[in-house]
Amino acid sequence: MEDIPDFTRRRLLGAIAAAPLLGPAMGRAQQIRPASRAIPSSGEAVPLVGLGSWITFNVGHDRVARDASAEVMRNFFLAGGRLIDSSPMYGSAQEVIGYGLKKFGRPADLFAADKVWISDGEAGRAQMEASRRLWGIPRFDLMQVHNLLSWQAHLPTLFAMKAADQLRYVGITTSHGRRHGDTAQIMASQPLDFVQITYNLVDREVEQRLLPLALERGIAVIVNRPFQQGSLIRRLERHPLPPWAAEIDCSSWAQFALKFIISHPAVTCAIPATTRVDHVLENMGAATGRQPDQAMRARMAAFVARL
Amino acid sequence: MSEWWTYGPRDLLMFSAQTYYRLFELYNRELWPLQMLALVLGVTVLVLWRRGGDRAGRAIAVILAACWLWIAWGFHWQRYASINLAAGYFAWAFAAQALLLLWLGAVRGRLTPAPATRLQQRAGLGLLLFSLLVFPLIGRLLGRSWMQAEVFGMAPDPTALATLGVLLLAGPRPAWALFPIPLAWCLLSGTTLWAMESPDFAVVPLAALLAVLLAVGGALMNAWPKRSSR
Repeated sequence: MEDIPDFTRRRLLGAIAAAPLLGPAMGRAQQIRPASRAIPSSGEAVPLVGLGSWITFNVGHDRVARDASAEVMRNFFLAGGRLIDSSPMYGSAQEVIGYGLKKFGRPADLFAADKVWISDGEAGRAQMEASRRLWGIPRFDLMQVHNLLSWQAHLPTLFAMKAADQLRYVGITTSHGRRHGDTAQIMASQPLDFVQITYNLVDREVEQRLLPLALERGIAVIVNRPFQQGSLIRRLERHPLPPWAAEIDCSSWAQFALKFIISHPAVTCAIPATTRVDHVLENMGAATGRQPDQAMRARMAAFVARL
Repeated sequence: MSEWWTYGPRDLLMFSAQTYYRLFELYNRELWPLQMLALVLGVTVLVLWRRGGDRAGRAIAVILAACWLWIAWGFHWQRYASINLAAGYFAWAFAAQALLLLWLGAVRGRLTPAPATRLQQRAGLGLLLFSLLVFPLIGRLLGRSWMQAEVFGMAPDPTALATLGVLLLAGPRPAWALFPIPLAWCLLSGTTLWAMESPDFAVVPLAALLAVLLAVGGALMNAWPKRSSR
């Protein structure tokens, strides 16, 4: 097994319980850090588990739900998380992220990832500026072309913005296993920093082409839908966790699923989304302790396939 | 969206069931006790139908139009749009239905209660009563809060069903132009609830399809003797 500094849920919860009410000092109380992996194009390390916002943070004007989302963010940062991902396609999610960052203070090491999602290439800059305002941040770290929509028009804009230091990294996204051929072609031909794809214990097509290509081209990989929007975990939870999951420090199916993803050498970060503090802590716990090696990964996939 | 035809309803769902029903809860809390006024309007529709006549039909059309217009603005535009990027289009569709109701119902008098088949009459009345009295209870029966009740005149589903009920009660030659938007909404709403895995997802689309089938059946039965008598 690959060893990563111990960061069990109990220790994590202890650290968080010991943390004072944070206010603007949200970033200061990070006491234990999850394992990270380097972004190939820069060498900058980002934690292996990030935070998605699809559905979970789209809570509209609901103040109670906004506060709950902010609490998830606060605990994510306390647990050493950095990368939050959103999109203009996610309804009020960007605004809710901005609310959370304002309420508790923006951590100095926040890694803000968003997307441009508009057919008209000319309108891309205006949409990205609107997104930036909703987050309330000076600039995005990563901007991705959402679902390859008008990528030919948007990528030159994003590369120009990167050259002008208006963002740090450029990427593309796809999900649900769509357009892998186009994705591979863009990965092979464009100087991308990131690609975002769907990968989990049962959606494994990317292992054939996209993940090896990412390794070969030095492109960081963000993994979306690690739990198939929760349905994978609901299916798995009908069965007991195998006893050998303890060999890789898994205490739940969610950690089992996440460790399978983040132990792939091409994967930089998985971005599970949640509305619950206990779940975000559980997810962050997956980036700690022992990680599966190749043989264990094969065993995990075979076990789940038999369920 | 790239390859949009490959996306299913569950891929396109932007919000959780919890967020969707909280939307109704906040809406109801904010506007209480307007729900009582809406219920009075619904009962007024029933009374007007019982009274019958051209003026009653026009008054029913005005009440329904007011409800559709309010939902376009107060629900879709002001609230649902905060979690659903498509809600702005729903608002326009509901406003269009309000205008259609005013034009065809209030101006042209096409909602005048008229003799229909017994089945149509029973179904129309049943649908109206169901929308007014039973629909707000469904959520509670499924374990949701009272405050999340969907009420005629304020929530889109019971209002669309009540409108289809009124159309059934308008006799064998209804204004067909008044059917598409309520029917489309009911199908869309059922799809949304299905994507959210709400157990009551089939109620609204099935009731709407039944109403349309009965309306078509009534129209065919009415047309048949006329053709055969030629």
